[in-house]
This record gives sequence, C-alpha cells and structure tokens, in this order.
Amino acid sequence: MIDLFLQMLSYPFLNRAIVVGTLVSLCASLLGVSLVLKRYSMIGDGLSHVGFGALAIATAANAAPLAVAIPIVVAAAFLLLRLSENSKIKGDAAIALISTGALAIGVMAISLSNGTNIDVYNYMFGSILAMSRGDVRLSVVLAAAVLTLYVIFYHKIFAITFDENFARATGVKAGWYNMLIALLTAITIVLGMRLMGTLLISSLVIFPALTSMRILKSFRSVVICSAVLSVLCFLIGIFFSYIWSTPTGASIVCVNIAAFFVFWAASFLLCRQRNR
Amino acid sequence: MALITCENISLAYENNVVLSDLSFSVHTGDYLCIVGENGSGKSTLIKALLSFKRPLCGSIRFGDGLRQNEIGYLPQQTGAQKDFPASVWEVVQSGCMNQSGFFPFYSAAQRRLARESLEKLDLWDLRRRSYRELSGGQQQRALLARALCATRKLLLLDEPVAGLDPIATHEMYRLIQQLNQQGITVIMVSHDIQSAVQYASHILHLHNRPLFFGKTADYLKSSVAKQFLGGEAHD
Repeated sequence: MIDLFLQMLSYPFLNRAIVVGTLVSLCASLLGVSLVLKRYSMIGDGLSHVGFGALAIATAANAAPLAVAIPIVVAAAFLLLRLSENSKIKGDAAIALISTGALAIGVMAISLSNGTNIDVYNYMFGSILAMSRGDVRLSVVLAAAVLTLYVIFYHKIFAITFDENFARATGVKAGWYNMLIALLTAITIVLGMRLMGTLLISSLVIFPALTSMRILKSFRSVVICSAVLSVLCFLIGIFFSYIWSTPTGASIVCVNIAAFFVFWAASFLLCRQRNR
Repeated sequence: MALITCENISLAYENNVVLSDLSFSVHTGDYLCIVGENGSGKSTLIKALLSFKRPLCGSIRFGDGLRQNEIGYLPQQTGAQKDFPASVWEVVQSGCMNQSGFFPFYSAAQRRLARESLEKLDLWDLRRRSYRELSGGQQQRALLARALCATRKLLLLDEPVAGLDPIATHEMYRLIQQLNQQGITVIMVSHDIQSAVQYASHILHLHNRPLFFGKTADYLKSSVAKQFLGGEAHD
C-alpha cells in the first residue's frame, strides 16, 4: 500500500494534482461550512458552470485559461450574491438561470472554434493531467490566503453565518465579509474545477460540511472536522483512482458519499443510544 | 438628554412611504412597547433604529453615551438558525463582537462578559449544548444573553415571544422585566397587546403613522387602545 503510494508520488503530474487538490479541498471545505449554513450551497454549482463557460471562451480565443476565468467567475459570484440578497428574481432561480446560460455559451464557444481540439469531457468531469506548475503556485497562494483570512475573521464569519442581522447591528460589515467569502469561493472553484470537473467541483464545497454536521454540534468542531475530512476524502479518492484507474473527480465524490453515509449512520446510532 | 430621540422621521421603501411623521423619545430605564398591526411600519422602524435604513427625512439621535453599535438587538429567528450547529457559548460569545474592533480574537474581559450574561439568564449549565437541541424558550434566552453581551444600556427586542408556549412566554417576559428593573432600557416590538400594556411603561402605537405615544396608563384611557384592545378581545 505504502509502496503504491510512493510509486504514485514519483509521477510529477500526480504530485501536482495532489498538492493542488489537497489545498483546494481544504479551502472549499472551510468556505463550504458558511455557504451551506447560509443556504448558498448552489452558488458553488452555479459558479463552476460559469467557470466552464469562461474556460471554453478562453481556449477558443487562445487566451490563458485562469486569467480569463478568475475575473469572470469572481464577477459572477458578486452578481449571484447580490441577486440572492435583494432582487425580484429569487436566489435559486437566479443561480439556475446563470449556470445553464453559462453552460450553453461555453458549449457554443467550443463548437464554433472547431478544430482547436478541445475535449469537453475533460472539462465536465475533470482531468488529472490538467494541473500545471503555475496552478500549483496559485493554489499555494490561495490556500495561504484562505487559511489566514479564515483564522483572522473566524469569529466574524461565525457571527454573519449564524445571524447576519445581529452581526450588522453590532457593527460588523456583513456585506464586506459576504463579498470576501464569494471572492475566495470563486477562486477556489476555478482552481479546482479542471481537476474535479465542472459538474463535480461543488461537491467539495458541500459534502464535508454536511457530513460533519450529522454528528458535530459546535461551529468550531464542524469547521475543523470538515477540513480534515475533505483532505482525507480527497487523498483516499485520488489513491483509488490511481489503483483502479477510475476518473479522479468521480472517485473523490464517491469517497465523500461514503463518508456522508458513515456519519449519518453514526448520528442515527448516537441518537438511539441517547434515547435509551 | 434622552437615550434615543426621533424627530419627524419618515421611512420608505423606494417610493412607498410606510411610516411618516413619527416623533418620540426613549429615556434611560424606560420599557417601551411598539404595537400595531402587520405592515404598520414596526419592523421598518427597527431597521431605522439599527441604521440598516436611512430615514427619508427627520433625524434619529442617540444620547447618554449610547453608541450606534451598542444596541442589544434580539432579531426574529430565521429558519436557517433552527438547525445551526453552534454551541450556546459560541452564540452568546458572538454578542461581544462590537467590543473587538479589528482584533480577531476575544479577550478575557469579553469571555467574562459572556459568562456573566449566561449566568444572569441561567444558561451557564447549557453552554456546551448545541443551539439546535434547545427548546424554543431556551433558544430565545440564548439570543437574549447574546444581546446582553452587546449592550449595557439598551435592548431592542423584535417579537421576543413569537412561537413560544405560554410558560416560556411568561418566563421571557419575567426575564425582560427583571433586566429592565436592573436599569436596562427596553424597546420591544410585540403583537401581544395584553402583555404589552401589562409590562411596558410606555406604548407607541403605529399604523403607518403614530396613533399614540405616551405612558401606558394614558394609553389605556385613549380611544385607540379601546378600539385595539376591544378588537383583540373579539378574536
């Protein structure tokens, strides 16, 4: 087993994927706790579709993928946040609108630029080969930023997640922190989506938080458990995908599903025991 | 000088005026109940007092050293909170946020303050419990403890007994009265007119404009009250 793992590490492209994936999983799970609790889970999904559209356009126009995708997805994140806060089109409908719209534009961009040989399948379900050295650098910077900001603003993030109105009444600039969370989420998703795939990246945001919430009862423990669980599931998933040559993104999501059911069963048992 | 003075304020959403020509003042130690039907402008007035909303005209002034972010606000519960994984301690501690400024962590003084609030409301033994496992009355008490952390002077309560059973309701009113007697000013929005006239020292009756503002004893003699209280009794 350990031999297999070491053998895995001897491939540079796998190394890069593991570094980027671990850091992205970590960031996504931390941000995910807030997003899930604020009922913004679908924002992650919507953003990844926008990311798909942006990547497709970037490739069709022969531009650097991240340089195009990051600003577009960040803009979409702010827009979605605005829409879900105050608008005549309600949040869930707005997200569905934007995500399917972006998907359609992406597919059009790909089909119109025929001949550039783009594999839609890789975008949709992720590719382990997609990570470059630049991605590794960017993900290290992102992870450092997310962790630092999360620790510094931890109490404020808790306050606005639990009760935005009260937080605003005590002078916390809730709008500002919401934007910060949206910004970090957008960057995390763009970074992770080529590895995990457009359709699967939002699972990294949602699963660890929901899984931890089955059992744990305080915000701090949910945050810590999500982070650990997310990284663990990622490593197990990528290891399985290496051994059995299954698609990476899907393998990781399957491990997350398994973890969810284990926690769910455990919470059920704990509940039974307490009632006895 | 009064704790809060509102002079001729009008509040509006876009161009829909929901509340006009309102003037009133709250003094230290008062227990003011804001009553009125749905859509009479009560919630909008709360938003204005918390500065979430700027008045169309008129002014809201704070006196007696009360700062804008030192209002102990007890909002109505949202659906998302009911199954929120947070310990009672975490919830109550978040009330101390307004004393942190840019400092990212809580100081010993803030932790002491949270402890005092918990003890005052008899929640100390529940501090490690999860907020979502508490009964409705206990949840509301935890939010009151959080509001107490945020203020030494003024509590602003938005329907604090909504959805509580009669025993928990009585308990909540008793706690609020106790805090008021300890010198904390209370402003409460309520649908429960019977309890409002029982506990409050002052009443502000709104119906898109002020119908009555003054002492509770005077309110009971007014024609507005007779109509409103009479109307309630037929329900």
